[in-house]
Amino acid sequence: MPASLPDAHTLITRLADAIAPTITPNTFIVGIHTGGVWVAERLHAMLRSTQPLGTLDISFYRDDFSRIGLHPQVKPSTLPVDLEGRDILLVDDVLHSGRTVRAAMNELFDYGRPASIRLAVLVDRGGHELPVRPDFAGHTLSIPSNQNINLSRLDDGHLTLTLA
Amino acid sequence: MNLQLNPDGSLRHLLTLDGLPRTILTHILDTAESFMDVGEREVKKVPLLRGKSIFNLFFEPSTRTRTTFEIAAKRLSADVVNLNISTSSQTKGEAILDTVDNLAAMHADMFIVRHSQSGAAHFIARNVAPHISVINAGDGRHSHPTQGLLDMFTIRRFKGEFHNLTVAIVGDVLHSRVARSQIHALTTLGVPEVRVIGPKTLLPTGVEQMGVKVFHDMEAGLAGCDVVIMLRLQNERMKGALLPSAQEYFKFFGLTPEKLALAKPDAIVMHPGPMNRGVEIASEVADGPQSVILPQVTYGIAVRMAVMAILAGGATA
Repeated sequence: MPASLPDAHTLITRLADAIAPTITPNTFIVGIHTGGVWVAERLHAMLRSTQPLGTLDISFYRDDFSRIGLHPQVKPSTLPVDLEGRDILLVDDVLHSGRTVRAAMNELFDYGRPASIRLAVLVDRGGHELPVRPDFAGHTLSIPSNQNINLSRLDDGHLTLTLA
Repeated sequence: MNLQLNPDGSLRHLLTLDGLPRTILTHILDTAESFMDVGEREVKKVPLLRGKSIFNLFFEPSTRTRTTFEIAAKRLSADVVNLNISTSSQTKGEAILDTVDNLAAMHADMFIVRHSQSGAAHFIARNVAPHISVINAGDGRHSHPTQGLLDMFTIRRFKGEFHNLTVAIVGDVLHSRVARSQIHALTTLGVPEVRVIGPKTLLPTGVEQMGVKVFHDMEAGLAGCDVVIMLRLQNERMKGALLPSAQEYFKFFGLTPEKLALAKPDAIVMHPGPMNRGVEIASEVADGPQSVILPQVTYGIAVRMAVMAILAGGATA
């Protein structure tokens, strides 16, 4: 099954090509922990962004906190620029229910009021539960709800998509 | 069975640092780290405890501790109610339980308990509904776990690691609930050498059994230390037979620049507050470059946020 998934690097290159014409000096790239940060790091380099890279851990904004508690490894969010009036490119690895994106937008707005937020994902796997759609998707497919697509990073930094 | 842990080993209540495994201590410190930036943002809140009701039950007054718990709860978006309950109407355990039952009937989710009697928070924890968590904010001479945790957080922030440190706790260890929490936490986190320094009358008998080195001579005890934790000398101790006078105490156990010079040049000085300047610590030290007393206060909010968030997430709904 994993062989049927496209190569992550190819998808990121495709994403970067699609995003490139829309990048301005006002664009601030923000990756969602953990997989979204890996993708955002690569996009940040390929798009030659002059702005620092932002990272977001949405653990404090999850809507399932009261059921599953705090994620054991919360990482700090790092947003080194003022978000007020920025065009934000929000990056995640896999779009599924849309709840992570909702939580991420809630968190972003607690730092300031951006001019716009666009969403780029490596894979849109379907199964949305909220009115959230990506502006850029490296790959779109439909996966049964009992299966998951995961992005993992090998020791050499290589990214791989797997189906589980 | 351990009252403050769930069957799966996660934190149920925070009553004492005694017996808490290193994994839980580290988890709290790591979580606190990620709360550090919330206080510096445009919106100084995260929605984690939205809709939860937290009651500050203070049977013993302490404005500072209550305020830091209140700020921490509010930064987590919880609703906070402060209750200062005079102990005169609370002499019996049944009366405490009546209060607790009444608040539980108002759908409380968490109690922060401060009481002059050791074991008060344990007593309440033993008697609350399964969805309610209890945090001990200081009980008698027994324990003050969030203070102990914020001290560990401060040490880790300034020193990075625990395994190569020499830490001295100076002063009235006998009457200090802070010192006990600190000794437990320092030992659990792997500090190889913990020293207690103080006059014989203010050190508990058998303190050596907690795994510390005892010094009655401050100069000898401070030599080579990385961290110096000063304890508050309670004024009422002066009136008894334990100490001759504040001046006498300052001469032997007050932290002056000269005495601090015996510790390592990069040693940090901590104090749980409020300080008695000129009794246990000289103003030049308290306001000096090695003092981290104000950062301790700031870190205390992040640490208390972490404890509340972990407890609220681990309570059985």
